Amino acid sequence: MMAFLETLNPGFVLVLAGVVGCLIPARRVRQGLMVAAPLIGIFMLSQANQSMDLATAELLGLDLVLYRVDSLNFIFGLAFLIAAFLNAIYALHSDDQLQDGMAMAYAGAAVAAAFAGDLLTLFVFWELTAVSSVFLILRAGTRAAYFASMRYLAIQILSGVLLLAGITYVYQANGEVTLAAFTSLDDPGAMLIFFAVGIKAAFPFLHNWLQDSYPKATVVGAVVLSAFTTKLAVLTCARLFPGFEILIWIGAVMTIFPVFFAVIENDLRKVLAYSLNNQVGFMICAIGVGTPLALNGAAAHAFAHIMYKALLFMSMGAVLYRTGTTKANELGGLYKSMPLTTVFCLIGAASISAFPLFSGFVAKSLTMSAVAYEGYVVAWLMLLFASAGVLEHSGIKIPYFAFFGHDSGKRVKEAPFNMLLAMGLASAICILIGLPSFFGLGYGWLYDLLPYPDVANHYQPFTLDHILTQMQLLMLAILAFILLKRFGLYPPEKPGTILDADWTYRRLGFGFANWAGTVWGKAGPAMTHIAGLLAGRGYDRIEAAFSPRGQLSRGPLTGGMAIWAAALLGMAMLLSFLTVQ
Amino acid sequence: MIESILTYLAPGWAVTHAAPLLVVVPMITATLLVFVPSGRLAWLASILASLASLFFALVLLGLVQADTATWTALSTAGVETNLTEPGLVSYALGGWMPPAGIEFRVDALNAMILLLVAFIGVLASIFSWPTVNAEVRSEKQNLFYAAYLVCLAGLAGVAITGDAFNLFVFLEISSISTYVLVALGAGRDRRALPAAFNYLVMGTIGATFYVIGVGFLFAATGTLNMADYTVMLPELAGNRAVQAGFAFIIIGLGLKAAMWPLHQWLPNAYAYAPSFVTTFLAATATKVALYALIRFLFTVFSPAYSFEMASFEWLIAPLAIAAMVACSFQAVFQTDVRRTLAYSSVAQVGYMLLGVSLATALGVSAGLLHLVNHALMKGGLFMAVAGVVLTYQGTTLRDFAGLGRSAPWTMTAFAICALSLIGVPLTAGFQSKIMLLQAAFDSGWWWAACVIVFSSVLAVIYMGRILEAVFFKAPENPRKVRKEAPMLLLIPLWVMALANLWIGLDASFPYGLAQSAADAVIGAGGGQ
Repeated sequence: MMAFLETLNPGFVLVLAGVVGCLIPARRVRQGLMVAAPLIGIFMLSQANQSMDLATAELLGLDLVLYRVDSLNFIFGLAFLIAAFLNAIYALHSDDQLQDGMAMAYAGAAVAAAFAGDLLTLFVFWELTAVSSVFLILRAGTRAAYFASMRYLAIQILSGVLLLAGITYVYQANGEVTLAAFTSLDDPGAMLIFFAVGIKAAFPFLHNWLQDSYPKATVVGAVVLSAFTTKLAVLTCARLFPGFEILIWIGAVMTIFPVFFAVIENDLRKVLAYSLNNQVGFMICAIGVGTPLALNGAAAHAFAHIMYKALLFMSMGAVLYRTGTTKANELGGLYKSMPLTTVFCLIGAASISAFPLFSGFVAKSLTMSAVAYEGYVVAWLMLLFASAGVLEHSGIKIPYFAFFGHDSGKRVKEAPFNMLLAMGLASAICILIGLPSFFGLGYGWLYDLLPYPDVANHYQPFTLDHILTQMQLLMLAILAFILLKRFGLYPPEKPGTILDADWTYRRLGFGFANWAGTVWGKAGPAMTHIAGLLAGRGYDRIEAAFSPRGQLSRGPLTGGMAIWAAALLGMAMLLSFLTVQ
Repeated sequence: MIESILTYLAPGWAVTHAAPLLVVVPMITATLLVFVPSGRLAWLASILASLASLFFALVLLGLVQADTATWTALSTAGVETNLTEPGLVSYALGGWMPPAGIEFRVDALNAMILLLVAFIGVLASIFSWPTVNAEVRSEKQNLFYAAYLVCLAGLAGVAITGDAFNLFVFLEISSISTYVLVALGAGRDRRALPAAFNYLVMGTIGATFYVIGVGFLFAATGTLNMADYTVMLPELAGNRAVQAGFAFIIIGLGLKAAMWPLHQWLPNAYAYAPSFVTTFLAATATKVALYALIRFLFTVFSPAYSFEMASFEWLIAPLAIAAMVACSFQAVFQTDVRRTLAYSSVAQVGYMLLGVSLATALGVSAGLLHLVNHALMKGGLFMAVAGVVLTYQGTTLRDFAGLGRSAPWTMTAFAICALSLIGVPLTAGFQSKIMLLQAAFDSGWWWAACVIVFSSVLAVIYMGRILEAVFFKAPENPRKVRKEAPMLLLIPLWVMALANLWIGLDASFPYGLAQSAADAVIGAGGGQ
């Protein structure tokens, strides 16, 4: 039994549990299974031998590695399993067979893909994550959610198709499908896979599916979605494209552009979706640097990020569950009626903003240092700006508008106990891995799990300059928020006299962001509209040509074909005569 | 395994005369059937004749694949094998030596095609009785089976002969019987008559083109034997008559093989012919014409001629691509399931032609593998449709709604073949499409690979529409009760479906055949 568990990919157990879960109508039994499966998975992972391929298979003459644990995917797989466990607890209040089962199958597919040892196995589970996760959006049941889920599915399947095309090419070129890092992007196979990963990781201009679909998912669905897809892409990226310099710039741009959108966005879950984008940017940037320290940073950041992003989505989910909305203008003052949720949300906000003593700080420091050590000054400044932005939109805006700010007058019950429990556990993780090392806990525990633990253990996050830089950044950002908030509330003449130069500067910056956002907000739907019109026209053209009453099917059948035959004959002869002189 | 047929099962005369017997047995049986009063008896006779053809096809395959040990075993037993060299059976009809006499010439390529035709013939004839009994008037049933056997003999003859003019004769034998068979669908739907007439006119144009082309070649070389052409044509490559002959022949055979846009006879013929005829033709007729095209492109002519390379690149490949896109779109918009499948057939011919037009061993073997796989999947699909026609008398998309519940066995087999047509992994269609992709990559034809993927997406749409109706829609007529097709239909249908799955898991047998076939022609043609 033990030997069997050691060689079985824990993802398979979760997928199986998910599929079985879909078929169990008895609520308690099903939910028991959903909570137990990730724990079994964690146990199985703890037994895994990291030095060998644990399960292999041969299919169609290809050597497949179904289960391989190494220092890189261990921490991702562990984070996925913990997230699956927390999600299962968070979902206990609802009785939804399909959602429970598909959430677990989705988590399982992500775990299985993380531990896949070859490209083909990766592809299978890559597609499975897409197919299973779409139900989490679909189950929201609204019309908008239906269309968003179909768009989401189309994009995810496109990513899968690109991956498959790339794999075919790689197989054609190398005769094998091992999961080895590429050396350059000149290879078309590498390029195809790069785009496949880019879609899943939501690279700039490939990112819209994320903000489109996550906010429309169910309460539980958004929490589940936030953990797996993008981080699986980060892991795959770290596997296949470590040290590709272009990733530094992609990552840096990714950290910055969502900031503007997040600041002007009203739907708080959409704000979180933008900030998810921005956080993944840090990881992509670290992968682009590619040094051991940077890869440590990406892995640590992914682990911490899965926890605090889940926590934030959970808190917004609780608000949505109780009040029925996550629109900032309809919320406010909830701290009175949902005090515990408020505290947990603040912990998540502190973590994502990288306050010292919270998990984001120890993770992000690795990335920032790695970028700085390699001398990418511009990229470093971009990341620094983005860090301030994170605080602005996720650290302050989320808790402020939901729980403080103007009182919306909503008086609701505190979140259900299971939600509080899940949030509490996530908060505990966020705090425990953010503290200085003590008794094997604190950030030392996290650093031991990283791909290069030796490098990580030499690194000191709690040095004076790190803390000082970070605190300066955070304090100024908070100050900026307060000032902007005030000047947003009052007519601009009054405060203008107090802070003139600074005020114009900030006003310009904010105004520009606002303007860009408005333009983008107007141009985006306009472009979608035009694209929709063009697609509609194109469809009409295609139907007019190909349908049974269409142009191709009209005309005299026999005579038409005789003419065609003559024309082709003429062409064939012409070709022959022209090519032979 | 196949060697054991040669050494133990087959008597000496069968090994010696396998090639002519393969054609003659169904032909003679057909003439005898005219005097048989009962349709059921005619059916049994047609099964026996098809089985005999299958047996001789296996013997021929065994001879072509025979190693030296089998060869010596046969010659010590005193059996004349007609093997002139390893992998090549040459039989001189009536003792007249080629080139004066007609030669039946079997190598790895046509051994494979013959096996396919005979195998489909056996399955189709077993399956035929319930549908023929329902769709053809009883006094015509024996004649119907006679026409079928003539068609089988004609197709086998096209595939087996080594004489260019004899090929024309067999092509006409098979075509004329096909026109008759299609017209017999008039009992079910009167539109079969114009369909058959159109097919007759267009098919005759194709045959005429072909025979004009052969005339040009005869004028230039003075021979009709294909092996002679292989030897003599390289010196005459600059001859205008040879080039004109080439153009006539590829267009003529292209029309018979339903090369886009010369495919327009096909959708109506397939849609209105009796179910059994559609099944048999979809799996064999265009395949044999395609074989003849490959034979001419690679054995008689060769890619070494610049005009052939030019027509690959500028004529056949673009038409193949156009077929894959245009006919897939047309399939998407059809409301009749048989027409959807017919248009999809034209699109699939495009895949095969694309493989062929790569002019590499990899491309030709991918095209041939797709040819075999497509025969299996389309045969299975049309069999399932025949089951529906039999039980519910309808072929529109609406008639298919909710059939997943009322006829689960038929529709599961249909779904397996449909997935194979789409090219889902673990089915036969996946194997051949992935090979085609590899072949395209290998030749650096990026755009072709893109079109293959795009056309597969269209296949998802048009087959998905049918599958959605079958499994997810409520039946139009709620009184539809559970009504499965009869066993005689289900067994051949499931043989097809399981063959699709088997090839999806382990393609080594058809792949081996396709590969040695491609090697045989690419090597023989003296091409690159």
